[in-house]
Amino acid sequence: MDILWWMLYLNQEMNKKMNIPLTIKETQEGLIKKKFSAVQLVDAYLARIEKFDKRINSFLTMSDELAYLQAKEVDRKIEDLGKEALERNPLLGVTVAHKDLFLTKGLRTTAGSKVLENYVPVYSATVVKRLENAGTITLGKTNCDAWAHGASGENSDFGPTKNPWKKEYVPGGSSSGSAAATSAHFSLIATGTDTGGSIRQPANFCGVVGFKPTYGAVSRYGVIAMASSLDSVGHFGLTVEDVEKVFEITKGEDGKDSTVRNIKPKTTNGKFKIGIPKEYFIEGVDPEVEKSVKEAAEIFKSQGVEVVNISLPHTKYAISVYYIVQPAEVSSNLGRYDGIRYGRNRGSFGDEAKRRIMLGTYVLSAGYYDAYYLKAQKVRSKIIEDFENAFKKVDAIIAPVSPTPAFKLGEKAKDPLQMYLADVLTAAANVAGIPGLAIPSGFSNKELPLGFQLMGARFSEHTLFKLGKLYQKTVDWKPKIAFQ
Amino acid sequence: MHVVKLAKLKLADSEIPKFSKQLSEIISYVEELDKADFSKTEPTSQTTGLENVSRQDKRNTETVLSQDEALSGTESVQNGYFVVDAVFESRDE
Repeated sequence: MDILWWMLYLNQEMNKKMNIPLTIKETQEGLIKKKFSAVQLVDAYLARIEKFDKRINSFLTMSDELAYLQAKEVDRKIEDLGKEALERNPLLGVTVAHKDLFLTKGLRTTAGSKVLENYVPVYSATVVKRLENAGTITLGKTNCDAWAHGASGENSDFGPTKNPWKKEYVPGGSSSGSAAATSAHFSLIATGTDTGGSIRQPANFCGVVGFKPTYGAVSRYGVIAMASSLDSVGHFGLTVEDVEKVFEITKGEDGKDSTVRNIKPKTTNGKFKIGIPKEYFIEGVDPEVEKSVKEAAEIFKSQGVEVVNISLPHTKYAISVYYIVQPAEVSSNLGRYDGIRYGRNRGSFGDEAKRRIMLGTYVLSAGYYDAYYLKAQKVRSKIIEDFENAFKKVDAIIAPVSPTPAFKLGEKAKDPLQMYLADVLTAAANVAGIPGLAIPSGFSNKELPLGFQLMGARFSEHTLFKLGKLYQKTVDWKPKIAFQ
Repeated sequence: MHVVKLAKLKLADSEIPKFSKQLSEIISYVEELDKADFSKTEPTSQTTGLENVSRQDKRNTETVLSQDEALSGTESVQNGYFVVDAVFESRDE
């Protein structure tokens, strides 16, 4: 009997140490060929999280029980249907971690805030349900800046997440936990939201692919609202190919979000033109960051993509527009947290939430509405026009995501305005409602991730994916995780 | 601070100077929008271009909560109602 016990123990230990595949394709091939089971995959992921996440703090809530239930279901489907199981469930066996802004029925959802520390939703977000139905395995809920207010992860009421590449550095925010979990290989896919850059910037800081869809491409139903005209529901992955596969599942009308439309992508003739906007290479952009973007542009050139200079003249106003419109909408959306139907009362709001609520209330108040909010909406039209004019000339825009690579914990935390200025290169896309794809490209001298973003016209995701895949193929990109 | 009351927040007296300073700095920054003339531009409130999106007035069971589900977010319930702060003060007869 001792031998049996020993064999079982060794087997479990081996499962935990298995080399977890880095892509959806590898994962599904392995499952179909019976190289491993979904249950073994979950063993391995959970062991990895158990071993390493204390130092990273990317998860707020684990869903072990649910994960095993779903994994057994995956194994059963493969047993019964073999390869055909993939046709019905295109994301079969793919592990997913959800930013704690996504309502998950029966699984605690906090928005990173003490206000909702004990909140258990009674329904799930559309994106959560769609991913579940596609065969994913939910590992848990990830840490984020409270209410998605932040660009570093330091505004979480449950402690900051650390950058898995260098733990004294921030992973970026507000989808800090999801970006970190993806780059630490705690999950194959992680969901996030991008209201002013909250997917693209942490993706950039953590060296993973981060995708912000067009505003109106993916339903926001069941995602805790930050700024309703700016929130975009997206996700992280290790390759553009994987990120595209997930978008195929999350996109489209659901009858519950009236801003969502199914749009058929226009066919392209294969010849692309990319624009480099001069306003995105201002003083204050780190030379290493600028170099990595220009190098990426050269990669595209080498593949026959035409690269031209363009101008987005109202870029300099994007932060001001964003920090008037967004807090205004935040102050309205956070009005529902009164501690009556759910959560604690408003005394449990952190400083950043209070700041944004007050800012928003101020710019919407009588006597100030015209001077601030209405004016911001007018400049918003100008920013939209800038992009529309640009997209008459080019198919996509290439730009840096952040003026610098990841900064150190505490470096910007004391000056809110400095933190806001970090959004300068990402916020314009949210103001205009256009899609953005953050792609990793290498590392800085300090060994921190570097990357760039591609932005396109509304509903041009297919162009961004094509270009992103072209880049990764040309440089023979291998999915990189922060540590083994 | 008037906004604190409007926003239904409470700040400790000691916090007021810090927040006042931070908010002033942010407001000063965003006032850069005054530098140019945007008076003839139409405002945009959302980017989809959609208007008056409606659906049939039919019950969608997927989005309906049972009474228990609706009350489950708090312990402050009584007889199937949420307990709230009194709106009217009691008057001694």
